[in-house]
Amino acid sequence: MKKKFVAFSNNLLNSAKDLAPIVLVIAFFQLVILQQSIPNFFDIVLGTGFVLLGLTLFIYGLNLGLFPIGEALAFSFVKKGSLVWLLIFAFALGFGTTVAEPALIAVANEAANVAQLGGLINTEADLYTYAQTLRYTVAISVGFSVLLGVLRIIKGWSLTHLIIGGYILVIIATIFAPNNIIGIAYDSGGVTTSTITVPLVTALGVGLASSIRGRNPMTDGFGMIAIASLLPIVAVMIFGMLW
Amino acid sequence: MVNLLQPFIDMLVDVAPIVLVLFGFQVLILRQKIPNLKKVIIGFILVWIGLTLFIIGLEKALFPIGKIMADQLTAVSFIGESGSWENYYWVYIFAFSIGFSTTIAEPSLLAVAIKANQVSGGSIKIWPLRIVVAIGVAVGISLGSFRIVTGMPIHYFIITGYVVVLIQTYFTPKDIIALAYDSGGVTTSTVTVPLVAALGLGLASTIEGRNPMIDGFGLIAFASLFPIMSVLAYAQITNFLNRRKNNAL
Repeated sequence: MKKKFVAFSNNLLNSAKDLAPIVLVIAFFQLVILQQSIPNFFDIVLGTGFVLLGLTLFIYGLNLGLFPIGEALAFSFVKKGSLVWLLIFAFALGFGTTVAEPALIAVANEAANVAQLGGLINTEADLYTYAQTLRYTVAISVGFSVLLGVLRIIKGWSLTHLIIGGYILVIIATIFAPNNIIGIAYDSGGVTTSTITVPLVTALGVGLASSIRGRNPMTDGFGMIAIASLLPIVAVMIFGMLW
Repeated sequence: MVNLLQPFIDMLVDVAPIVLVLFGFQVLILRQKIPNLKKVIIGFILVWIGLTLFIIGLEKALFPIGKIMADQLTAVSFIGESGSWENYYWVYIFAFSIGFSTTIAEPSLLAVAIKANQVSGGSIKIWPLRIVVAIGVAVGISLGSFRIVTGMPIHYFIITGYVVVLIQTYFTPKDIIALAYDSGGVTTSTVTVPLVAALGLGLASTIEGRNPMIDGFGLIAFASLFPIMSVLAYAQITNFLNRRKNNAL
C-alpha cells in the first residue's frame, strides 16, 4: 500500500511538473505584463486541479495496465513471425491508441465548435458527428501509418523517401482542400501522437528493429511517429473535401 | 446527476477501442492469459476516470485561459490603437515562452532523448537535445502566432518548411534523421496542445479581419515542424565541429 502511495505521489509530482511551466509563464504575464484580473478565476483554479488529478490518474493507470500489456504484445507479435498478424496488430495499435488520445479529443471538439460558428454545422447532433468523424479519420490514418512504419522496418525502405512521398501528398491535398480545413489538418499531425501513442508505437518500432538482423534501432526504430504525423494531415484534408 | 455522469459514459466509448485491441490480440490471437489481470483492470479504470477528469478540467481551465490570454494580449487598451503586426510583440514573446517552457518539461521528449542517447552510444546528449527541441517549438509557435496576426496562408509556411527540412536532410548524418523527424510529433504534449490551440483560436477571433476557421488552427503544426529543423541543424553543427576537431588533430 505504501509503495503504491509513493508511486502515485511521484506521478502527481510529474503531472505538476508538466503544468508548472504553463502556470509560471501565465502567472508572470498576468502579474507583470498584463496586470489585469482573470475572469472566473475560481473556475480556472478548479479546472487546473481537475487537469492535474486527471492526468495523474491517467498516466498511473497507463503504467499499471496498458503499457506493460502493449509492450509485451508488441514483442510477442514481433517474435511470432507472422507478417499478416503483425501488420493487423500494427494497424489496430495505431488506431486504438489514437482514439483515446486526450489532446485529439480536445482539438476535435474545438474544431467542431469552430465549424459550427462558421456555419458548416447546423445541429447539435451534427456537432457530435463532426468531432467523432474527424477523430476516427485521424485514428484510421494513424493505424495505416504504423502499418506502413512496420512494413518499412521489415523491408528496409528509406524513411527519407517515405517522408518525401508524404510531403508531396500533403502538398497535393492542400491544393484541393477547402481553405477552412487546412489549419485543422496540419494541426492534426502533431496532435495525434502523444501520451498513449508515442510509448507504445516506439516500443513496437524499436522492438522490431532490434529483432531483425541487419536493422539498426537508431535509424530504423525511430521514424514511426514521423509517418504518423504526416498521413493524418492528408486524411483530414480528404475529410474536409467530403464533409 | 445525469450531467455529472455523462462525460464518464462518453469517455468509455473512447477508451474501449484500445482495451478491445489489447485484450483481443492477447486472448484471441496469441491465446495467452492476461498477466496480473486484476492490476490491469484497475489500470484501465484509472485511465478512464483520469481521462474524463482531464477533459472536464481542460474545458474549465486550459481552453478558457488560452482564450483569455489571447484576448488580453490583443486588447486595444494593451497594444494601442494601431493594429500593425509589430505591435503584437507581447503575443510573440508569450508564444515563445509557452513553447519553450512546456517543451523543456515534456516527459515524452525526455523519454525519447534518453532512448536517443542510449542508441547513439552517448554522442547525442540529453540536455542539448531537449534545449534544441524546445527552441524549435518556441520559434515555431511564435512564428505561427505571427502568421495568425498577419493572416498569411498557413500552407506557404508549412510547404517552405518542408523544403527546408528536405534540404537539411540531404546534408545530415543518416543516423539522426529518423530521430529528428520523430521529435516533431513527440514534442506537443497533452497539456500543451489544448492551451496552444485555444491561444490560436483566441487570437483569430479577437484580431480584426481574421476567421477562426481559416486562421485559428495551425499553431500545433508549426510546433511540430520547427523542432525537426532545429534537431537537424543541431546534428549538422555537432557533425561539423567534430570533423573540424578531427582535422585539427
